[in-house]
Amino acid sequence: MLTIDNLHVSVEGKPILNGINLDVRAGEVHAIMGPNGSGKSTLSSVIAGNEAYEVTKGDIIYKNENIIELAAEERANKGIFMSFQYPVEIPGITVTNFIKTAINSNLRARNEKEMPANKMLKKIREKAELLEIDSRFLSRSLNEGFSGGEKKRNEIFQMAMLEPSLSILDETDSGLDIDALKVVANGVNKLKNKNNAVILITHYQRLLDYIVPDYVHVLHEGKIVKSGGKELAHELEEKGYDWIK
Amino acid sequence: MPLADKLVSSFLAFELDINIQSPVHNIRTDAIKSFEKLGFPNKKLEAWKYTSLNKVLKEDYTLFSKKKNVLDFKNVKDFFLDNTESYKLVFVDGFFDSFLSQTSHDHVDVCIMSAALSKAKYASIIKKHFNKSIEKSDSLSQLNTAFSKEGAYVHIPKNIILEKPIEIIHFATGNESALMLQPRNLIVIEEGAQVEIVESHQSLTDNPIFTNSVSEIFVGKNAHLDYYKIQNDRLSTTLIDNTYISQERDSNAKIHTFSFGGKLTRNNLNYYQKGSYINSTLKGITIIDDKQLVDHHTLVDHANPNCESHQDYKGIYSGSSTGVFNGKIIVDKIAQKTNAFQQNNNILLTDKSTINSKPQLEIFADDVKCSHGCTIGQLDQDALFYLRARGIPRKEAEALLTYAFANNVLESVSIPALKSKIKKIIANKLGVKLGFDL
Repeated sequence: MLTIDNLHVSVEGKPILNGINLDVRAGEVHAIMGPNGSGKSTLSSVIAGNEAYEVTKGDIIYKNENIIELAAEERANKGIFMSFQYPVEIPGITVTNFIKTAINSNLRARNEKEMPANKMLKKIREKAELLEIDSRFLSRSLNEGFSGGEKKRNEIFQMAMLEPSLSILDETDSGLDIDALKVVANGVNKLKNKNNAVILITHYQRLLDYIVPDYVHVLHEGKIVKSGGKELAHELEEKGYDWIK
Repeated sequence: MPLADKLVSSFLAFELDINIQSPVHNIRTDAIKSFEKLGFPNKKLEAWKYTSLNKVLKEDYTLFSKKKNVLDFKNVKDFFLDNTESYKLVFVDGFFDSFLSQTSHDHVDVCIMSAALSKAKYASIIKKHFNKSIEKSDSLSQLNTAFSKEGAYVHIPKNIILEKPIEIIHFATGNESALMLQPRNLIVIEEGAQVEIVESHQSLTDNPIFTNSVSEIFVGKNAHLDYYKIQNDRLSTTLIDNTYISQERDSNAKIHTFSFGGKLTRNNLNYYQKGSYINSTLKGITIIDDKQLVDHHTLVDHANPNCESHQDYKGIYSGSSTGVFNGKIIVDKIAQKTNAFQQNNNILLTDKSTINSKPQLEIFADDVKCSHGCTIGQLDQDALFYLRARGIPRKEAEALLTYAFANNVLESVSIPALKSKIKKIIANKLGVKLGFDL
């Protein structure tokens, strides 16, 4: 589904990623771990198409297409989703209207008909229930005044609504208490199937107790320095990141 | 001949057409003298520093349209509120159009100035209110007074709550190559009465139109006014809107100004608080591009204790457009416990667009709460990426953020058909079809 080949990325001339290689197939869950400043969030932003980052070398192949030149919305239209580490607060747009606009934008981009209102409503209700989201929450302004947990839950709610092929969850566990973490993890697990893939970006092993990865990669100074199975995460938890450098 | 001279010399011709015996005529005569002395404002005046009328004044305007043009309702229907029962006062090239209008003389007067200025039954109201709140040093108001003849006249007696809104529309049909219009409106809302008014100026061709409008509004004790100005005219038009509001105690007056169209628009919005426990609200959304200019000059005169004023103006500028916001708040020595708030937030979408924002607070009382804030910025790039990362195209994402930015001003619009009309205009203005309802 996704092949990252020798990816180099700079921000304002400063290199952040220095030759990333990664292969993610449908049905897989990959965890990317690493200390602060290792380039984890840069990697997710670059896959999602944030123009603030400059790809200086390498390719990102998604479903057999090089997406390096595609705008963020075009990548989203093709089924790439990123759950933001810091979801932006947008007063004046409700959660419901935001998600409706997003879904219909994606359908239009794929030359499909917009979703009828009743179907939309049903789906919103269903997915809100999955994430244990109160319906009143949906008519609030997007992320405005949300707690950390509410913001992350709202991100996964959007993922549930958009049903992406590839989801990148950037530090989805940070700022969550254990109950909220369970709800979010349960949501992700229910959405997981053999046709989609998930990349978990995380600093801690905790999330991986609830969403079990097939592969774990360790990022250090903009490079993947070690890859392994889920046991690698436990090892990191015990020993910290120092032994790997 | 310069326009100012032409206006002064045409006053004699104007007098042939009206009753010069009426007491109002003395007011007109004084006003033309005053205008002759003051002339048109120029950039040397502090209040006109950012807005030049030079180009506007160069056109050779017809001052009084010669013939009445008839408009077919189906051709102008879009300029009225959809599916909303309303009173209508419609003027075409300065003449009242009785076919398109829907007046009332029953329990309320929703009719025209020419009648109010000439008929005995209106004399006492005219005597009490006409030209009473005008700023005498304002040459454009004086000019309008000199030629005051036609416009909207609304009188809502005590404790009447008007169920239907009043729509006031001034059309220009382009039957003159360039036309100057000077509508004069008087709105009197007596104690405990309540009314909603929607006003617009609409040219139907690209011939230059220069409108110098004056509205005097009296809001009686405990009365409520909701007034909406839709400024969405063609780029061939100039509008000077002088609005004077006098409020009595416990009254509530809200004016929303939506400025999207026109080449040059100047709003002089003046509030005078004549009692205690008054609430004054001034809100505006300005969205302009190309070489458009919108200039908001507001004044709130807090002359009594325990009153409030709330100002909230949002501006979105693209192309090489220019915005001006000058918000003056005066708090008199006796106006203790005043709460005066002023907010002006702006987004510049292009490098060539400009906003001049200036709060002007003159506070002479010591126990007051006054705050003002002004922001100038661009659309939030993080927010833009967030929306785009969900599949929303850039243009729509920008429109959505612009919408969100202006939203709290729209929220307080009390007429549903008006709210959706303005949303449509905004979507149109931003060049997107918005598949959402905020």
